[in-house]
Amino acid sequence: MQHLTLTHVLFLILSAVALLSGLMVVLNANPIRNVLLLIVCFFAIAGHYVLLNAQFLAAVHIIVYAGAIMVLFLFVVMLLNLNKETEPTRPAWEKIVAVIAGGIFCITLVGALRAADTMPMPDAKGMDVNIGLVNRLGATLFDEFLVPFELSSALFLAAMVGAVLLGKKSSK
Amino acid sequence: MIQYAWLIPLLPLIGFTIIGFGGKKLSKSLIGLLGSGSVLAAFVMSVLIFTNVHEGDKYIVKVFDWFSAGSLHLDFSFIIDPLTCLFLLIITGIGFLIHVYSTGYMHDDEGFHRFFAYLNLFIFFMLLLVMGSNYVLMFVGWEGVGLCSYLLIGFWFKNTAYNNAAKKAFIMNRIGDLGFLLGIILLFVTVDSLSFADGGVLDKVSAVGRSNHGTMELAALLLFIGACGKSAQIPLFTWLPDAMAGPTPVSALIHAATMVTAGIYMIARSQVVYTMAPMAMETVAIVGALTAIFAATIGLFQNDIKKVLAYSTVSQLGLMFLALGVGATTGAVFHVTTHAFFKALLFLGAGSVIHAMSGEQDIRRMGGLAKKIPITHATFLIGTLAISGIPVLSGFFSKDEILAHAYEHNPVYWIAGIIASVMTAFYMFRLYFLTFKGKFRGTHEQEHHLHESPKSMTIPLMVLAVLSVIGGFIGIPHLFAHDAHWLHHFLGFGDILTLSTDTEWALLVLTLFVVGVSIYAAYRAYVKEGRLPAEKEEQLNPVQRLIYNKYFVDEIYDTLIRKPLDWISEKFYQIVELQIIDGVVNGVGAGVKWVSSVGKYAQSGSVSFYVLAMVLGAIAIGLIKLW
Amino acid sequence: MSTQVIPIEWYITLSALLFSVGVLGVLFRRNAIVILMSVELMLNAVNLLLAAFSTYHNDPKAQVFVFFIMAVAAAEVAVGLAILIMIYRNIRTTDVDFLNKLKW
Repeated sequence: MQHLTLTHVLFLILSAVALLSGLMVVLNANPIRNVLLLIVCFFAIAGHYVLLNAQFLAAVHIIVYAGAIMVLFLFVVMLLNLNKETEPTRPAWEKIVAVIAGGIFCITLVGALRAADTMPMPDAKGMDVNIGLVNRLGATLFDEFLVPFELSSALFLAAMVGAVLLGKKSSK
Repeated sequence: MIQYAWLIPLLPLIGFTIIGFGGKKLSKSLIGLLGSGSVLAAFVMSVLIFTNVHEGDKYIVKVFDWFSAGSLHLDFSFIIDPLTCLFLLIITGIGFLIHVYSTGYMHDDEGFHRFFAYLNLFIFFMLLLVMGSNYVLMFVGWEGVGLCSYLLIGFWFKNTAYNNAAKKAFIMNRIGDLGFLLGIILLFVTVDSLSFADGGVLDKVSAVGRSNHGTMELAALLLFIGACGKSAQIPLFTWLPDAMAGPTPVSALIHAATMVTAGIYMIARSQVVYTMAPMAMETVAIVGALTAIFAATIGLFQNDIKKVLAYSTVSQLGLMFLALGVGATTGAVFHVTTHAFFKALLFLGAGSVIHAMSGEQDIRRMGGLAKKIPITHATFLIGTLAISGIPVLSGFFSKDEILAHAYEHNPVYWIAGIIASVMTAFYMFRLYFLTFKGKFRGTHEQEHHLHESPKSMTIPLMVLAVLSVIGGFIGIPHLFAHDAHWLHHFLGFGDILTLSTDTEWALLVLTLFVVGVSIYAAYRAYVKEGRLPAEKEEQLNPVQRLIYNKYFVDEIYDTLIRKPLDWISEKFYQIVELQIIDGVVNGVGAGVKWVSSVGKYAQSGSVSFYVLAMVLGAIAIGLIKLW
Repeated sequence: MSTQVIPIEWYITLSALLFSVGVLGVLFRRNAIVILMSVELMLNAVNLLLAAFSTYHNDPKAQVFVFFIMAVAAAEVAVGLAILIMIYRNIRTTDVDFLNKLKW
């Protein structure tokens, strides 16, 4: 085991926060608490992104996920007036089956991923420190990923139209 | 000229196509003209080719490459040699006369165009049979005439009994064809060739035949089985009397003059194989002799004018096979020729009688027709005299040659031939006397309608009568005139009689004597004493009844062969078809149904269950990856 | 020898754990909204791993891919929640076990 540096400590703290809050999302019964806990989890993951030298990604992550998606979830929870009492629960045996299945899945996944061969890491010389900055990412985005970029706009259009149509009350 | 030989089968084929497809729109006279004309044109071509062929010639006229498979290369080509020429003349000549006859006989029939189409098709296949330059092409013609025979016997298809007769003919032919095909295959396997051209199967057989004795015997026997089926010998003869269900011109053409002689042609063509197989030849002779006597005895008791002639044909074919079996190939072919003349004449005459009697075929209802239908009477008498072997007429020369060769080979065969000839003379004259002499025994309306047939029917009768008289002169034995046997020279089969002249004369006189006695006996019985055949079966004594019922051969076949086959097929149907095969097929369906009825519960509708299933599936994939 | 301080195996393990927490959430809860949130958690686990690989292999393409995943996730949440509201209007509850008509 090598020397524990600040980076390691930060990594461990952030991982713990992320995992714990994720677990609480699953276990806690109150829907609003669940949403808020998930936001905490996302913040932790954003911290991980910063650790990985992907600053822009961290910023976008917070804006999109915590700022937009989770807000949407919150709107819906409040719209439907969900709270702890209306929350449906599973019978005990189903919970056990779920935990067992999830546990086996976890072990299998970790094992499979750890057992896989990894590609050889490149040397320090070719490393670009600015890899996470906007201009580098933008260049890649508009260079190799141009078509998916354009198509994603069509995707958004479809999603918008779909959401509006689905959300409309049928006119009676 | 010979290179145009392919026109000969082509013309009747064109006739068949035009009449067959356009028949409904053409007028009857046009159909008759076209049908008869195509055969006449073929006859003219045959005559032209005949004048160009001399003894010992063999020409091969190739039409196209047919197929090659392994070491088998077959051409669609025709062989023109003396044997083929002779048969060509018979087929096209007599075929033409019968076509002309049919224009009169079938005039009021609604299937007129169909009849002529089938007749032309038959001529085409028969020509293919005799002109085919290899065994396979011959087999094509062989099968084709079997098909046309089926179509024509069952021509009046609305009658179930006629259809059954047609089926019987076809199936019995097929049994023989299996033997023929096996013989061809055996020959091919032995000598690797099937062509009649030089260097082909016949030459090779004569080269290797002596060392492959057993194979040659087997091949010869198998070929003979095929001939038995086609030419109605024991045990495959019962279809021929039933085939009288077809119109009389059909009986005349197919079952007297041409198709049934295909077996003779085939054996004559394969003569080389038989000279390598003496045991097979003995078998041929024995079967021929037995058939001749057997059929003749049945003919003595038949009361239908066409059935008598049918059994007579079987008997005469037996004589021809007897000739082949004792080595008298020329005699057999000679008898084919003369038999074609007088048997066609007799059948057409019978048709004329039936036509005059408004459809009556039972000779017990006829009588005294001599004055009413004079031309038919005269020609029928000529035919009867010819078949009985009265001197100068054609039958005398050919039958005598057969009997002489039979005596030379083994006197027992001669005795068999004599017995058959005696009975032939008797039942033929019985037929003649009962039909034409004495008092009329039919109904009043029949008597009222009696009339001579139209010219289209009587002229062929007259032509055939002339041929029956002079036809024998192509083969005058050297007993009468030295070196006058033209046919023997022409065909070149090399079968020479070695009896002394005295023996030959003795045989001749003896034959004539017993035949004369037989005719006199018939005269006395049916004219002088005015005896009539029994009206009911019960009036016959047991032996007569046995013979009258054709020795119950059909019934024996029914019990021995058909019933077991029926039983087996019924068992197959019950067990194999219904239980096993249907069981498997239905079982597959039932299995699928069961699987789906059990498996449908996986679609429980519960979302959580589906998600669980997905996760389990992902686990499974992960495990596979790990291991 | 890696240029990063933290070994890649740690990130792989973290991502796998987060993912399985998300799977557990999908199996464990009956509320459709929480299930959707668990799906978001799964997506985020994958995003994390992709970003880690991007840094470790010095390849910006992986981070761009993360963008796209985020974009698709956003669209999916929008439509998913709209569907959920429609279902709520019909069965007055967000319990997924009430959606069992698609069966034999």
